[in-house]
Amino acid sequence: MAFDSLSAFLAMGGHGVYVWAAWGVTGLLLVGTVIHARAERRALLRDLRRRARRAQHHGASSDVATSVSHQEGHARES
Amino acid sequence: MPLFREPEGGAGVAIRATLKRDLVLMMRRRSEVLNPLVFFALVITLFPIGISPDPELLAAIAPGLLWVAALLAALLSLDSLFRSDYDDGSLEQLLLSPQPLPALALAKVAVHWLLTGLPLALMAPLLGIMLSLPAGSYAVLALSLALGSASLSLIGAIGAALTVGLSRGGVLLSLLVLPLYIPVLIFGAGAVQAAILGDGVSAHLAILGALLAVALSLAPWAIAASLRISING
Amino acid sequence: MWAFIHKLGSPKWFYAISARLQPWFWVAAAVLIVIGSAWGLAFAPADYQQGNSFRIIYVHVPAAFLAQSIFVSMAVAGFIFMVWKIKVADMAAAMMAPLGAAMTFVALFSGAVWGVPTWGTWWMWDARLTSMLILLFLYFGVIALRGAFTSRDSASRAASVLAMVGVINIPIIKYSVDWWYTLHQPATFSVTSRPAMPMEMWAPLLIMVLGFYSFFIALTLMRTRSEILRREANKRWVRELAGEVS
Repeated sequence: MAFDSLSAFLAMGGHGVYVWAAWGVTGLLLVGTVIHARAERRALLRDLRRRARRAQHHGASSDVATSVSHQEGHARES
Repeated sequence: MPLFREPEGGAGVAIRATLKRDLVLMMRRRSEVLNPLVFFALVITLFPIGISPDPELLAAIAPGLLWVAALLAALLSLDSLFRSDYDDGSLEQLLLSPQPLPALALAKVAVHWLLTGLPLALMAPLLGIMLSLPAGSYAVLALSLALGSASLSLIGAIGAALTVGLSRGGVLLSLLVLPLYIPVLIFGAGAVQAAILGDGVSAHLAILGALLAVALSLAPWAIAASLRISING
Repeated sequence: MWAFIHKLGSPKWFYAISARLQPWFWVAAAVLIVIGSAWGLAFAPADYQQGNSFRIIYVHVPAAFLAQSIFVSMAVAGFIFMVWKIKVADMAAAMMAPLGAAMTFVALFSGAVWGVPTWGTWWMWDARLTSMLILLFLYFGVIALRGAFTSRDSASRAASVLAMVGVINIPIIKYSVDWWYTLHQPATFSVTSRPAMPMEMWAPLLIMVLGFYSFFIALTLMRTRSEILRREANKRWVRELAGEVS
């Protein structure tokens, strides 16, 4: 171990603010991108399921076609 | 004797025709040629007002100021490179031509440089006087700008071709093109700095030449591909 | 082998194959990053000159490597899309860009923060940071250009062209900026050359770099899969899939 105690570890010899700021922002972004990707996938599947159900009810594929163009506009965001 | 005949053609004829057409069109639109020059002068005027009229301070930063202002003026003129042709449909005609599009695009860019980049390069020494640019660097200033602005026209034309079909393409054009301009800026301004210090400028000018060579060999194809994307989109 | 690559180009097959690959990359990313972080933060020795602020290297360098690698990957994917018309390549390129921009930001932020105890300033126009800043603008350009087109095919082709133009410029920009300002320390880590650091310092760095790369692959696989679902929404296999998932 390069440090004697937890407080020494957090203090980083006086450079704690810098080290933890850098690591913190990095960690936040890594975790954030994962959360965003998972939310993206969940929302997508939810939307697809809704469309599949609607297509079943209406028994027509025209619904899916119109929803696809709606999705295209949505896809621009990422 | 046939009434109609396919026009005698070949790439050479098409290139010369494009050159001539663009030259004539641009000469008619005098403002398009003069605007960048006026912009150049205006921006240079802003700096002493915004920073300080102290000749020594201005002399120290003059090379960079002149290069950045010229670069921005060149950027400004890029938007109109393809726009009017796009608007009246002649760009689409150009794409349909059997002649190689990269060659025709190169011809258009050459005219643009002749009537934008070159005048900027020739005007720069005058503005250099106003910024107390030290003696011994004026020729290098003009030369580096002439050489560099050719690269700027070529690189900028790629951005102009990509954005010509977009509604607010002008703003996006700056974002796309300015990062790509940085190497030219570094060696162009660097050449002038070296001239002031009395160091050799040949290395800088050689690199500017190399950048131009790379741009000449690659840009026409990128411009052609980009034009096709914009027209077909 | 060509058959396998050709299969990968089909969205449906890519979706199936990537389902099996994904978990491995997530596990690898998690394990490598946790081990690398613990080693780098708590066990590696402090630098003789910079003290403990040196530990920022364990996020700064991996982020910087990724920032550049992702742009190159994006350009390669764009090239594959333009030449062979493989749509999955374009989907991957579209999904990679935001992560690339984020990593560039991390490299800039960590580099700037590192500069405070090292040089006493929040920003320094040195070669490394300046190149990173230009790279960030290049990312913004590609992302903005893709978003500006209404036709997806035009957007994909335009972004591919710009990414390729950008990638050719990156070494030119790096060389120019390096020449322009030689203040920043020479690169401390390279896979091929002998490192200047002792093993106790560069081993955790290598682990972190590998961890970040695994993370990039895992995330890109996940997002590309989502993009496949999005673009192929009207295909039967997607509709069936959506019906199955509870």
